[in-house]
This record gives sequence, C-alpha cells and structure tokens, in this order.
Amino acid sequence: MKKVYKNIFIAAFIGPTFLVLLAVVFYPFLYNLVISFSNMNLRHIKDWQIIGLTQYIKVFTDPTEPNFYAVFLKTVIWTFVNVFFHVVIGVFLALLLNQQIRGKSIYRTLLILPWAIPQYIVALTWRGMFNYEYGSINLVITKYLSLPAIEWLKSPTEAFIACILTNVWLGFPFMMVVALGALQSIPHELYEAAEIDGANWLHRLRHITIPLIKPVMIPAITLGIVWTFNNLNIIWLVSNGGEPSDQTHILISFVYKAAFNLYRYGYAAALSMVIFIILLFFSLFFMKKTRATESAY
Amino acid sequence: MNKKLNTKKLILKLITHLTLIIFTIIAVYPVLQVVTISLRPADRLLSTSLEIIPENATLKSYIELFTNRPFLLWVTNSAFVAFVVTLTGVVFASMAGYAFSRFNFIGKKIGLLSLLVTQMFPATMLLLPLYIMLIYLGLINSYLGIIIIYTATALPFCVWTMKGYYDTIPYSLEEAAKIDGCNQFQAFYKIILPLAAPALVITGLFSFMAAWSEYIVAAQVLQDTQLWTLPLGLKSFEANMTTEWGLYGAASFIVMIPVVILFLVLSRWLVSGLTLGSVKG
Repeated sequence: MKKVYKNIFIAAFIGPTFLVLLAVVFYPFLYNLVISFSNMNLRHIKDWQIIGLTQYIKVFTDPTEPNFYAVFLKTVIWTFVNVFFHVVIGVFLALLLNQQIRGKSIYRTLLILPWAIPQYIVALTWRGMFNYEYGSINLVITKYLSLPAIEWLKSPTEAFIACILTNVWLGFPFMMVVALGALQSIPHELYEAAEIDGANWLHRLRHITIPLIKPVMIPAITLGIVWTFNNLNIIWLVSNGGEPSDQTHILISFVYKAAFNLYRYGYAAALSMVIFIILLFFSLFFMKKTRATESAY
Repeated sequence: MNKKLNTKKLILKLITHLTLIIFTIIAVYPVLQVVTISLRPADRLLSTSLEIIPENATLKSYIELFTNRPFLLWVTNSAFVAFVVTLTGVVFASMAGYAFSRFNFIGKKIGLLSLLVTQMFPATMLLLPLYIMLIYLGLINSYLGIIIIYTATALPFCVWTMKGYYDTIPYSLEEAAKIDGCNQFQAFYKIILPLAAPALVITGLFSFMAAWSEYIVAAQVLQDTQLWTLPLGLKSFEANMTTEWGLYGAASFIVMIPVVILFLVLSRWLVSGLTLGSVKG
C-alpha cells in the first residue's frame, strides 16, 4: 500500500475515537490540572486564580472528618476485599462450570445476572434489602438463623460491610466470564497427561490451571482493581452519600462530595489528581511485577 | 473398586450442583426482590414477609407508572440516547481497533497506552471540568453533550477488545482479498468485520450499558425533567422521606428486562468475545 494512502487510512480510522477522547477525557484532564492549582470554589467560580500547591497541601493536611489517610486506608481495604472475592468466586464458579454437568448453560446464564443489572438499581435494591425492619437480609437473619437483627445502615462498619457485600455480588460475574473463556482454551490433553502422571486435582490446579489462565486474568484483575477503586455508584447509593456521618467514604465518593455537595472545586480537583497518580503508579507496578513473574515460567 | 469410584463421582457431582444452586439463588434473589416489591399492594409495601409473590399481588404500580407518570417519556429518552451511543461506539471502536491491530505507525504505542490510562481517571476528575465546559458551550440540558460523554466512557475498553480480537484473525485473509481486487477498506468491512462479530457484540453491549444505566453524569447534565433518562426518573421515586417503592420496583423491573435479555442472549458470545481479546491484549 502506498504510504500516503496508508497514513490517510490510519488517520481516518483512529481520528474519530481520538477526537471524542480528546474532548471528553484529555482536555478535561488538563483543565482539572489547572483547577487543582487554583482557589476555585463556590465563591470564586469565575474570578479564580492560580495559588500554587495550596490545594495539594490541604489534601494531605486538612483536618477533614475523616481525613485523607483514613479514607485512603478504607479505599485500599475496599478494593482489596472486593477484587479478592470477585476473583476467587469467579474462578471457583468457572471451574465448576467448566465440567460436563447438566444444566450448564442455565447456570451460566443465571450467574451472569448481577452483571446485567444497572448499578444504580443494584445499589438501591440492596439498600432496601439492608433495611433494619423490612429488609430481607435482617428477616433471614432473625427468622431462619435466630440471630439478632443488624443495624446495617446506621453504624459505620456495618454500612461499609453492606457496601462491600453489594459490590462483591455485582462484580463476580465479570471475573467468572473471563475465567471461563480462559479455561475453555486450555487443551484437555494436559489434564489427561497429568492424571496419568498421578497428579491430584490440587496439583492440576496449581501447575496447569492457574499458570494457564494467568495471562488472561492479570489484565482483567488490573482493570478490576482500577474500576473498583473508582466505583462511585455503589458506595454513594448504598450508603446514601457516605452515611452515617461520612464514615463510609472511599476516596472517589469523598471527592464527589467535596465537589458537588460542598463546592470545593480546587480541593476536589487536587484530590482527583492524587487518586489518578496513585492508580497510575499502582498499575505500572502491578503490570510490571506480574509480567516479570510471567517470563519466569 | 469401580463401584466405589462411581459413588465418589456421584457425590462430587451432587456437591457441584448444590454449590451452583446456592450461588445461583444468591445471584437471582435481588432480582426477584425487585419483582416482589413491584407486585405489592399499596398498603403492604413495607412487609416483613419473605414471599416472592406477595399476598394480594397487584399490577397497580405498573398501571400507575404508565398512566400517571412520565415513564414512557423516560423510556423513549433513554432508548434514544442509548441507541445513538451504541451505534457511534461500535463504529468508532471497530475502526480504531482495526487500525491499531493492523498497522504500525508513530504514536501507536502511546495511543494504546493512553487508552488504558483513561480507565484510571476518577470520574470526578472529568466530571467537574466537563460540567464547566458544558455550561460554557451551552450543552447543559441537551443530549449532544451527554451522548459524547457516554460514547467516550465505553470507547477505550471497546477499542482494546476490538484490537485484541482482530489480532487473532490472520492477516493473510486481507492479503487474499486484496489479490482478488479489494482495497484496504473493502477488505476491512467485507472480510474482517463479519469475522469479528463476537467482539462487535461485546462492544455494542458495553456501549449500550454505559448509556442505559448511567446515573451520576446524567444527574448533573440533564436538569430539565422533560429530558430525564430512566435512571433519573427512577431515583426520583426514592427521593425525600417517602420512597415510592412500588413504582420504583415496577420501573426497575422494566428497565432491567432489555439489558437482561441482551445479556442472556449474548452470554455465549460474551465468553469468546472478551477472552480472545485479552489473550493477546
């Protein structure tokens, strides 16, 4: 193909995507960077000016209740617990579904359901299910397990657990589908050979299944971590904006509140930048680390 | 010996089914919960019963929804937005993914990486500048702004999925097509595009979902109730002190139906379309 023609072809094919991303993602990113160095808030919405690093210093030192470090710690717990269960449940179910069993496609179809339901409906439905008197979770706990009912949404720890339960429910199907696809691509002969060599299922899991689904799972896990870290919907809607008294926030909902309820624009922009940088470094580190182990095989 | 092995297998199978059934119940229950709420008569909305089909089940909430509420308006609005977003998303992603998969050019690596990096931007980081931009451009309370935003949300993931899928299709197919007299573009849409159907389906599904179920951006951009999409309408039932649970349940159920059907129909494609992409991703 002629070089000019080729270049026009590439530009025409990639152009639209990059124009959209430029307008909606990259330009706002730079804009956000500028705001993060400014004093923009509700009172200075038009007459803002650059004030240097003040907002960044505020992010790390402001005695907000809760402060940055407490929220950050909570975000790490939130992300780790969620992704851990997503992957473990997802891979576990995929292993079960990858056998010859009756009703396989029915199981698979129904197990994908949590993924198919819009997140805000999931959040509001689970919020209803966590209701103290009428929620079905407490009804099950009191009626069938004869345990005392739990104040899910009124105390910080329980409310946070409620958010995590909701998000675990919501997220395992994605990992299950990815794992299922990966499992299907493993040739059956490998297992047969291992069986002849006397490997039990644990050996097969450790030495065949896990190494072979790893290259597919690692990118999915990285994405999962980033998505969970930044998941605003569940926390915001299940805990109704961080209730009780802002104790259930993760970083993203904390910023959302600073920007859209408290109108601290400069501060919110700086905190957003901090979140982005944390995720960027984490992903680079994680990808590099896992790639390093991959080449060791 | 053989008999012993068989009972062991039988027990294992039983355990497998039992585990799968338990997880399936957990996966399905909240959905049934929505149905239950929608069928409850008005005087029994706050009920302490765990029945799926409540006593004196009634369709009143559904009737109320369609006759006294602007529900159809929200459905139309959402359907329109989702349709445009899906169409643009699929077209843009299938093209960009193709160029990334088939050609080497300056900035290719940076381009692909920057697509990944967009996933790390917290929504708040873009939301605030976008909001201010839309005010300046006069795009608050218009669909143009929100359609562009939704398209951009799903695009990076879709482009990666498409690119990964194209990578698995051998280049010799295009070469053969070119010998037969096709140019590059014809080879793309006559030969390669049909082969990439599973990935196209995924791309469409994700774009559709991004638009159909988004609440937070819509809440900031669409303030005119005439323009409300479904999520905004639904949330309004939950407002203030009195949640209209019956209406909320009925509306949620209707909103879920198209997405659930799409997922169920496409679930087999989902497995192949997603993974083939990420193997080489």
